Amino acid sequence: MDEKKTLLSVKDLKVSFFTPAGEVKAVNGISYDLGYNEVMGIVGESGSGKSVEAYSIIGLLQSPGKVIGGTIEFEGENVLEFDEERMRQFRGNKVSMIFQNPMTCLNPVYTIGNQLIEALMCHDKGYTKEQARKRAIEMLELVGINNAEKRIDQYPHEFSGGMRQRAMIAMALICEPKLLIADEPTTALDVTIQAQILELMKDLQKKENTSIIFITHNLGVVAEICDRVSVMYAGHIIEQGPVNDIFYEPRHPYTKGLLASTPRLDEETKERLIPIEGTPIDLLNPPKGCNFGPRCKDCMKICLREKPPFVEVGEGHISACWLHFMEKREEEARS
Amino acid sequence: MSQEKVLLEIENLRKYFSVKAGVFKKKRVQAVESVSFSIFKGETLGLVGESGCGKTTLGRTIIRLYEPTSGRIVYDGTPIYDSEKNIAVDMLPFRRKMQIIFQDPSASLDPRMTVGEIIGEALDIHKLCSGSQERRDRINELLDEVGLNTEHANRFPHEFSGGQQQRVGIARALAVEPEFIVCDEPISALDVSIQSQVVNMLEDLQAEKNLTYLFIAHDISVVRHISNRIGVMYLGQMVELGESYEVCSRPMHPYTQTLLSAVPLPDPVKSRARQRILLEGDIPSPVDPPSGCRFHTRCPYATDRCRQEQPRLKEHISGHYAACHLLDKG
Repeated sequence: MDEKKTLLSVKDLKVSFFTPAGEVKAVNGISYDLGYNEVMGIVGESGSGKSVEAYSIIGLLQSPGKVIGGTIEFEGENVLEFDEERMRQFRGNKVSMIFQNPMTCLNPVYTIGNQLIEALMCHDKGYTKEQARKRAIEMLELVGINNAEKRIDQYPHEFSGGMRQRAMIAMALICEPKLLIADEPTTALDVTIQAQILELMKDLQKKENTSIIFITHNLGVVAEICDRVSVMYAGHIIEQGPVNDIFYEPRHPYTKGLLASTPRLDEETKERLIPIEGTPIDLLNPPKGCNFGPRCKDCMKICLREKPPFVEVGEGHISACWLHFMEKREEEARS
Repeated sequence: MSQEKVLLEIENLRKYFSVKAGVFKKKRVQAVESVSFSIFKGETLGLVGESGCGKTTLGRTIIRLYEPTSGRIVYDGTPIYDSEKNIAVDMLPFRRKMQIIFQDPSASLDPRMTVGEIIGEALDIHKLCSGSQERRDRINELLDEVGLNTEHANRFPHEFSGGQQQRVGIARALAVEPEFIVCDEPISALDVSIQSQVVNMLEDLQAEKNLTYLFIAHDISVVRHISNRIGVMYLGQMVELGESYEVCSRPMHPYTQTLLSAVPLPDPVKSRARQRILLEGDIPSPVDPPSGCRFHTRCPYATDRCRQEQPRLKEHISGHYAACHLLDKG
């Protein structure tokens, strides 16, 4: 995998929602790089800011949400400085997105074919109508829809949930974008259908060489499809690293907690789950120190005072926790 | 746990819903079709299956929130429903013994009632408290049991997070001191870090009060964790039933095998190494279920016999039942 070149570089991105109750810092300074042909997973609970972050990349952030700081560079250009026309060309052409619920994203009064062809024509790829239709049929076949020539003239309600998600993927990939943002694409689907869609996405990723940002709360899905993982909690990335490191050597207490609290189908004996106590923080009144501090069982005094910086804990593996400083000090004292 | 005593016995339970197919035509959704099984006292029986397989309908029909179409339900030796003998008892006394926890806590709690009123209503209906002081004490005791504070009694459901709302739902179910609780997807609306809190609490309450659970969920990992036995449903029928670890490690029915292989494992090496059984197509409509074995349209091993003859749930190894022709010897 070629990870040397960077496709997308997010630096210190800050997104806030200005609500009547006050400013909600949904995304509070996150940074990461995404290489060509790389699949990055973003895991987090609801309200951790994982979707908001993705919406800002593609310029779909809605009021009262606003990007208030940082840069998003796509192939060296700052996406946040694009005007509307530029953004429209960028969206769909370079970056596209698939959503959690395909039924709410497909237009019920147009046929599937209509919507696929529209995506092509909008981006002026020089297709005639006949060519565009042919290309749309090809795409439907590519995503595993049988009988595509007949299916293309059907309406979304004639498709089952899994088929709709396939059609959404076809639509997202029809202009051959370099980056696909998948926001919980399998959450609304049953496990057997989820397995089909995951296999399809893995397949297409190899064939089309698309980079993917895969947003989910399901750790199992992440383990299966991602090369790298960012774990988000309350608007911050708290740990980031290669997928194997995150699952086999998690360092941040939150990541450890998440893994320990998930029942596994492959566990040998029945052990009591170790839950993360407490509830996610109120983003209107975030704590002064580490956001996870109030729920952390290893919480120290400094955790409540200051936000922890990132520490490199392995190759390409970073984690933001004061414990790492303690560990370092102990190590130094020993040697 | 005493596995001998049967608490609930279900025989050939059917639940059909009528739907209009045209102006004159009426069709029936066969949501639950001839399901028979028993639940032992003190155990947790898990029900898994994909959406539309009838697991929720089955759970609700058992406690007669839905009136069964036909079949027999016996609770602790007393028939509460029997279509052949025309028995359909008044459920009110049984509601004290059989309770349910719903999937979506925000939808199942009345937004205009305070938490105290919601829990107190159950106490009032069954006349469990004689005075207002006793009632208040009991509500506080229940809130304490599910890990909420006594001040919470005066708040409204919208003031709580999802996990706390589900705790209120559990307190409401516990108010009448039931023996049997149907847990209908009690954690699927909750965040990952909250799910395990609720699972642990349900386990603790069971041990403390000797409760029996019917635990319905689509997440097999959770069901396997909490259940003693698991029943797998497909299109209204039970296709496999057995000890939970046995079913998950040695699944017999091809559908169970597929279902298990589809579950994503939080382990990158294992999940990438394993071979998946992928199913073609989607679940057929329960209005017009396939003939013979209902799984034959998607089963990779289907034979002519499967297309014609419906397999029955048979005991293949002690305590492990499956409904598949392929398992017949000879």
